[in-house]
Amino acid sequence: MPRPADLARRMRRVVRHVIGAPDYETYLEHCRQAGHPPQLCEREYVDQFFASKGKGGRCC
Amino acid sequence: MRWVLVGGLGAVAFGVLALARGETISAAWLVIAAVCTYAVAYRFYSRFIATRVFSLDPRRATPAERLSNGRDFVPTNKWVLFGHHFAAIAGAGPLVGPVLAAQFGYLPGTLWLVIGVVLGGAVQDFTILCCSVRRNGKSLGQMAKEEINPVAGGTAMVAVLCIMIILLAVLALIVVNALKASPWGLFTIACTIPIALLMGWWMRVWRPGKVGEASGVGALLLIAALVGGGWVASHPIGAAFTHSGTTLTWMIMGYGFVASALPVWMLLAPRDYLSTFLKIATIVILAVAILVILPPLRMPALTPFATLGEGPVFAGKIFPFAFITIACGAISGFHALVASGTTPKLLAHESDARMIGYGGMLMESFVGVMAMIAACTLEPGVYFAMNTTPAALAGASDVLRTAGFVVTPDQMQLLATQMGEQTLIARTGGAPSLAVGMAHIFSSVTSVLGGKTATALWYHFAIMFEALFILTTIDAGTRVGRFMLQEIVGHVWPRFGETSWYPSIIASSAVVVAGWGYFLYQGVVDPLGGINSLWPLFGISNQLLAAVALCVGTTILIKMGRGRYAWVTLAPLVWIVAITMTAGWQKVFSADPKLGFLAHAASLIGSTDPRAPRLIFNDRLNTFVALLFMAVVALLLVVSIREWWLVLSRRKPATVTETPFVETGYAATS
Repeated sequence: MPRPADLARRMRRVVRHVIGAPDYETYLEHCRQAGHPPQLCEREYVDQFFASKGKGGRCC
Repeated sequence: MRWVLVGGLGAVAFGVLALARGETISAAWLVIAAVCTYAVAYRFYSRFIATRVFSLDPRRATPAERLSNGRDFVPTNKWVLFGHHFAAIAGAGPLVGPVLAAQFGYLPGTLWLVIGVVLGGAVQDFTILCCSVRRNGKSLGQMAKEEINPVAGGTAMVAVLCIMIILLAVLALIVVNALKASPWGLFTIACTIPIALLMGWWMRVWRPGKVGEASGVGALLLIAALVGGGWVASHPIGAAFTHSGTTLTWMIMGYGFVASALPVWMLLAPRDYLSTFLKIATIVILAVAILVILPPLRMPALTPFATLGEGPVFAGKIFPFAFITIACGAISGFHALVASGTTPKLLAHESDARMIGYGGMLMESFVGVMAMIAACTLEPGVYFAMNTTPAALAGASDVLRTAGFVVTPDQMQLLATQMGEQTLIARTGGAPSLAVGMAHIFSSVTSVLGGKTATALWYHFAIMFEALFILTTIDAGTRVGRFMLQEIVGHVWPRFGETSWYPSIIASSAVVVAGWGYFLYQGVVDPLGGINSLWPLFGISNQLLAAVALCVGTTILIKMGRGRYAWVTLAPLVWIVAITMTAGWQKVFSADPKLGFLAHAASLIGSTDPRAPRLIFNDRLNTFVALLFMAVVALLLVVSIREWWLVLSRRKPATVTETPFVETGYAATS
């Protein structure tokens, strides 16, 4: 049975991914799995994420 | 046995829909027919494509796994990605197209929505997603260039830019028509700009990355703006928010320019998040509301315009115009950009592509079916009074009277008062009539549950819902168009290609806005209502992009050695080419001035109307655009067929550019 705090965190991540919002936790998790320290702080990560997002379209 | 029952139930529902004549039937039959067809198609046809045609392999690592960087390439749970993909493909198209096509009755549009999606739209999305995911998430243009040839790649790029210009103009026209002389609507939508700016500041400067907090605050302020709009409309201050179509045109162009030039985090991203929340929530609520109350369909299965043509909402006969009018919801080329954009970079397992690509499009089609239901719950007289300009209404009055589609001015005024509007006559574009239909459905549910009817509030909620995500598409589309222009000019003048150089940002944004702004302006001043001529151009351009996508898909299948299954993409391609070419030809060369651009221009020569020279110029411009689209389709077909012939006759080796097989780490650990 997951704890309410874990459940809330998971829900938050689901919503972020669905709406296409930056998720720094995902980046940290990726760095952990890849075995290297994070190269970007949260502010830099958010900036790069938005710069990349601006090139994506929305359908009609 | 279970699937035989599902298929049988669907067949019965289709039978009821097709055979009902003269009596009102429940929307339940429409829902059952659609859902049963989707279920059978998903279970059998999508499985056939996944296993036989593409041989999707869950052991093969996807780009999200191989190139994972925690930002663009992120292996994502399939349900989460389904939501993300659906939010990216679903826009105003599947809502507005079916509403306009309801002028033929509910049957033609519904059949196209349901059959078109299972054999065409969902196949296209799924195919392009499969192709892109095996090519590191390459875009449609890149795949056209590498798999067919550079001419096809260049053609695809021109097609995308053209569709973008027309698409943005048409979507902006829908917003202008919905907000014209509507202080409540304009106030609410105007408020979304400072709300989005506040959200952007919140999640970028004050609390970096706190999207949830910012969105929560944004949603609360949005509700306050919606309720406050009612007060504004009844107050003298409402005059400041009451504007004509031309004034709104300049406002929306100014907005598009600013949104394209500002950093993404400031306006575009927060508005996108707000719009996605609202979109998903409203679609779910609408689906539940329709299933709870199962409203009766007041529009007949077929109206006289289905056989006569010459409808007042848009000119032309069922073939090809019903299939051009409903693009998104049945088949939409624009989806190929999403299926070869963000989604392939997030797919965790190759086998998930079936649910995301095929299933996501089925869901969009269901949104189209709901829009059809919402439009067909209106009295036909009300529907035609709202969606027709006075000039077109005068021409169709005899047919409308004979069919019994009549409504009095008093009835329309009463309806407008109920919705909190000054008038609802000639509110073309589909959005207002959809909003009235949705308001009826929502207020029925709230009154059944014991709440207030609140029809006016629901009407403006629906308008806000539509306008908000149309404006999101305008933001994102103008920006994408700006990037494309910077890239093209950058080949000649490298400095211009620097996307962060402000003079280039300003100049390219201005050019793109001027492009769609011109078509928007001509739509607003057009005495036939603009939608009449521009929506078919939008449909043609969107289906043109679908033709590009299906050509790429067919080429890849042939090169993969799966030529025996090429009919999967060839069949919808043949259909799309047939409707695009026929519609384009009729829009240009029809002798009927209501339909053909050239005939309309000829009818204005010698006119004393001071607007005549400009209208003639617009007709000729539209002729050029339609011919350009047809030429692009023809060129693309020629180069594709040549490539197929060379490969099939072994004059050219069948080389595919798939990335080599790498075994997934997920399968090893699971």
